[in-house]
Amino acid sequence: MKYFYALLLALLACTGAIAKEASPLAADPLVEQRLVVISEELRCLVCQNESLAGSRADLAMDLRRELRTLIKQGKTDTEIKEFMVSRYGDFVLYRPPVKPTTWLLWIGPFALMLAGVVALFVYLRRRNADIKEMGPAGLTDEERKRAEALLQEGDA
Amino acid sequence: MNAKTLIPLALFAVLVGFLAVGLRLDPHEVPSPLVNKPAPAFKIAQLEQPDAQFSPDDLKGKVWVLNVWASWCVACRQEHPVLMAFARAKVAPLIGLDYKDQRKDAMGVLKRAGNPYDLTAFDGDGRVGIDYGVYGVPESYVIDKAGVIRYKHIGPITEDALQQTIIPLINELKKS
Repeated sequence: MKYFYALLLALLACTGAIAKEASPLAADPLVEQRLVVISEELRCLVCQNESLAGSRADLAMDLRRELRTLIKQGKTDTEIKEFMVSRYGDFVLYRPPVKPTTWLLWIGPFALMLAGVVALFVYLRRRNADIKEMGPAGLTDEERKRAEALLQEGDA
Repeated sequence: MNAKTLIPLALFAVLVGFLAVGLRLDPHEVPSPLVNKPAPAFKIAQLEQPDAQFSPDDLKGKVWVLNVWASWCVACRQEHPVLMAFARAKVAPLIGLDYKDQRKDAMGVLKRAGNPYDLTAFDGDGRVGIDYGVYGVPESYVIDKAGVIRYKHIGPITEDALQQTIIPLINELKKS
């Protein structure tokens, strides 16, 4: 029985520790919700392929603390993003803004696709013209005679 | 070989060119938007004398270097001899910003390895670091007479960077 109480006490001590660790989350669910939405869109600069929301890096934790303060101060999403961009540059945004230096980034893929479609179109038209000019299968008269001869050989 | 067969080869060469340049770029070197902007203001306690404070305004009218470091930062140890050499050259005041650290640890490092700093400000919770866009120590800023950041060096300062970039820039800024 003595052991049972000791075990119970130990378990209770554990739950106490867990509850304490989780307390900042429960502090204000609305703030946390906005924090997650905003920080999902921001890059963690230490582990660059992680979002600020998902990173466990020290800096990410500090930045989340700062963002929490900004949210509590009633700052808008734009103001919070501006806070981050003014310190770390556009690189922190997973969705970079459209401006002259990022035009290539935004338009580049579409320009490449357009170039590809145009090239394909030109190629197909040219090939069509070639086929028309050379007759069916694009064979010369001599070649067609040889082909017919071979086919007849096969039949016999 | 006609011109058409050379097209894929040319495209491949362009691709290799892009990849070769990409290999040499360090994705951890993010250009700072703070360059050519006024250095963010702060007023925090000093490391050695917790009663005394430091603010960038104290150095208005001087060209100076702010070096962000910490006792837990391994690359800072690599940088340390270069900073010692810089301090000996007496080119410009070197101010340390002890970032997210314990006073005891930081002072231990300075005692053991030598102290290159004219003064170290203590940024225990890293708030000043955030204002300066610090994301990986060591980082260094060259600040001009008007209090504008003119250059940011990310990572440990090498002997080359010191002699070829930082010192010439400081001398240039001193003239204006």
